[in-house]
Amino acid sequence: MSDVKDIASPPVEMRTIDPAALPEAVGALIEGGGRMQMAYALRDGSGALELRYLASGRPREPFLAWRCRPKDPVPSVAAVSPLIGWYEREITDLFGVRFTNQPEPYPLVLHRGAHPLVPPLDPGYPGDTPMAFRETEGAMPETDHPDIQKLPFGPVRADVVESAQFIFLYVGEHILHLQPQLFFKHRGMEKRFEGKPLSHGVILAERVSGVGGVAHALAFCQAVEQAAGCAVPLRARMLRSLLAELERLYNHLHYFGHLADTTTLKVGQAEGKLLEERVKQIGARLTGSRFLRGLLTPGGLRRDLDPGAKMGAELDALRPAIADYLRRLDGTNSYLDRLISTGILSHKVALDQGATGPIERASGIDRDLRRDHPYGGYAELCVTVPVRAEGDAHARARVRMAEIDASLALIERVVRSLPDGPVREACVPRPNTEGLGWAESPRGSLYYAVHIGADGRPSRVKIKSPSYSNWRTFPFTVHDSNLMDYAINEASFGLTVAGCDR
Amino acid sequence: MPAWTLFGLLKGKATTAWPGRDAAGSEEYSGQDGLLGMPRFAPQHCGDGCRMCADACPTDAISVKNDSKGAERLSVDYGRCVVCQLCIEACPKGVARASSDWAFGARNRNDLQFLVGPGGVAGGEKKPTEPRDGFRRSLHIRHVDAGSCNGCESELQALNNPFYNLHRFGVFFTPSPRFADLLLVTGSVTYAMREPLLRTYEAMAEPRWVMACGACAVCGGIAEGGYACGHGLEGVLPVDLYLPGCPPNPAAIIEAVLMFLDRTRQRVKGGRLVE
Repeated sequence: MSDVKDIASPPVEMRTIDPAALPEAVGALIEGGGRMQMAYALRDGSGALELRYLASGRPREPFLAWRCRPKDPVPSVAAVSPLIGWYEREITDLFGVRFTNQPEPYPLVLHRGAHPLVPPLDPGYPGDTPMAFRETEGAMPETDHPDIQKLPFGPVRADVVESAQFIFLYVGEHILHLQPQLFFKHRGMEKRFEGKPLSHGVILAERVSGVGGVAHALAFCQAVEQAAGCAVPLRARMLRSLLAELERLYNHLHYFGHLADTTTLKVGQAEGKLLEERVKQIGARLTGSRFLRGLLTPGGLRRDLDPGAKMGAELDALRPAIADYLRRLDGTNSYLDRLISTGILSHKVALDQGATGPIERASGIDRDLRRDHPYGGYAELCVTVPVRAEGDAHARARVRMAEIDASLALIERVVRSLPDGPVREACVPRPNTEGLGWAESPRGSLYYAVHIGADGRPSRVKIKSPSYSNWRTFPFTVHDSNLMDYAINEASFGLTVAGCDR
Repeated sequence: MPAWTLFGLLKGKATTAWPGRDAAGSEEYSGQDGLLGMPRFAPQHCGDGCRMCADACPTDAISVKNDSKGAERLSVDYGRCVVCQLCIEACPKGVARASSDWAFGARNRNDLQFLVGPGGVAGGEKKPTEPRDGFRRSLHIRHVDAGSCNGCESELQALNNPFYNLHRFGVFFTPSPRFADLLLVTGSVTYAMREPLLRTYEAMAEPRWVMACGACAVCGGIAEGGYACGHGLEGVLPVDLYLPGCPPNPAAIIEAVLMFLDRTRQRVKGGRLVE
């Protein structure tokens, strides 16, 4: 094992582009097998607006980024790359930039009825003043047929779940259209980072999505490290990967408990939730936090860990229990019957709409940031990436099953081969620099773009969470399906709201 | 299906006896080994003019103020603490120390304030104890996520896993606010969730109570203020039960709810755990 540099140089290839040339450039990129990842706006040191578009090409090649000065209005690229549609609407909401030919010209991140005097991410927005808001209904497709029923569900839903609203248009058992109304939980998290010390930035990142805290903190730290040109010691990188895999493990076990619940396997639900609890308790003994918080910091880890002594034996005991549980689930006919051919996501829709993580891998897209753009300790660890082609709920569950096996193997490898050495390097980004950090969270690809201002603190942080991508994709599997399958299909996506809404 | 039933039976009981005691009289395992709780402070050892813990705190939970005699006094608002442990790392004299104290459920917001100085510990005014007689054996909770990070939900969902098995206490989550006695709120109350939260409260029959679960619901937490967030339940709803933490762990939630039902005593007084 060699102490190679964490970040392959240069990780991002930057090009300046005229906004008018954007649709053509994006079209050419997609033609060549590339894919858009995200778009965002920022204000540079002089206060001028700038747009950024991030794309990925082939594995192990640098990311591609375009920057442009928007001339109001900017041509939309949503017709060429549909997944960018949401990003453009978000930029309109938060920065007031308008796009021409936007196929869905409605507010997204801010609800209709929110009336900030200036766009909320504008530097002129007055500090801690809440926006003026009057509840107003969102846009819906027009329906006038007397047989079509409208069922609004949420934002306060049954059971202990996150707040989001779902509006179904249906005839009998048949769902014609699903309109998720998200962003009830929009907390303006990206703006909270601005001007804060980097140590507080990590605490914030851990709390953007509570059950993805390690991935969020990791992507934030890696972005800062890139801006600072800091190389993280190998031991810290390996331990970071260990924490990320523990996070994947408890999330995936939770997923199976929930999936067993929706397919009415009560013992299967209880067993899945119990295994999740045991992994959380192992995490608490190792790190002091059930969500593995409070360890990551730009430059490495806040303190060293001893995974061999603190969790080796317990995890060994857990391994056969997990294997037994998953084998039983996948041998239960009533469970398989409800999953197979439910909520099919085609390869093309997955690609166009930006599905990520286990969702895209279950629809035949072979991508995983841990393998394609290695970070942390993954360059040394050899990640196996399960892929399936069916695109149904069962494929999504099978991908996660295989990922649990892979995670357990990765954890074992880290514990066995953990090198000695320091776990922290000094990491001070120079003023007016920027960095891009990424991580393959349990739910898929996660990006943090961190821009450092003149004071050495973040001046703009853009967060692309995996659920933001997958929530956009999800309704495509619900239109024209039936109400009985809905809960199972939603569970098979394993979505969270907090990361999407931010 | 019968195979699953058999599998479940063969596994035996997974539920902890906590908060009960074993035969030897010591407390059963609560499942929170190794967990870091709220930091403890021994301010008599503070250096003059030292503000390092206060500067390290991301939520302004720690402040150093001058008292009437001009001397600097450390005060800590545990309602604001997100348990990030940064103050402990920042303290040059070991005044701030890590602890495993997480049983911070309180009826009174003042009981979460750790103040030092003449007058000492301030417990604040006691709220009159409301009659809860009918609810000692059973409680129905309606949860509303008013803008959380999903950490609190993850721990609330854990309450019904076989290890904690909340049902054994006669405490249930109910889908309808009409059946609920206690409104359990998580999150910092975003502009879009304020109305749905208030409507849920209004749909509850009296007597009804409100619990602020997690630092976000207590005061806004890490997301407080800004263009989209408020200060948790402050100024939104009357709160009967505060439980800080980020997120509070399942055992802390159970303790707080049992305390609310007068089935166990409140452990935190004036920002200190009393044995």
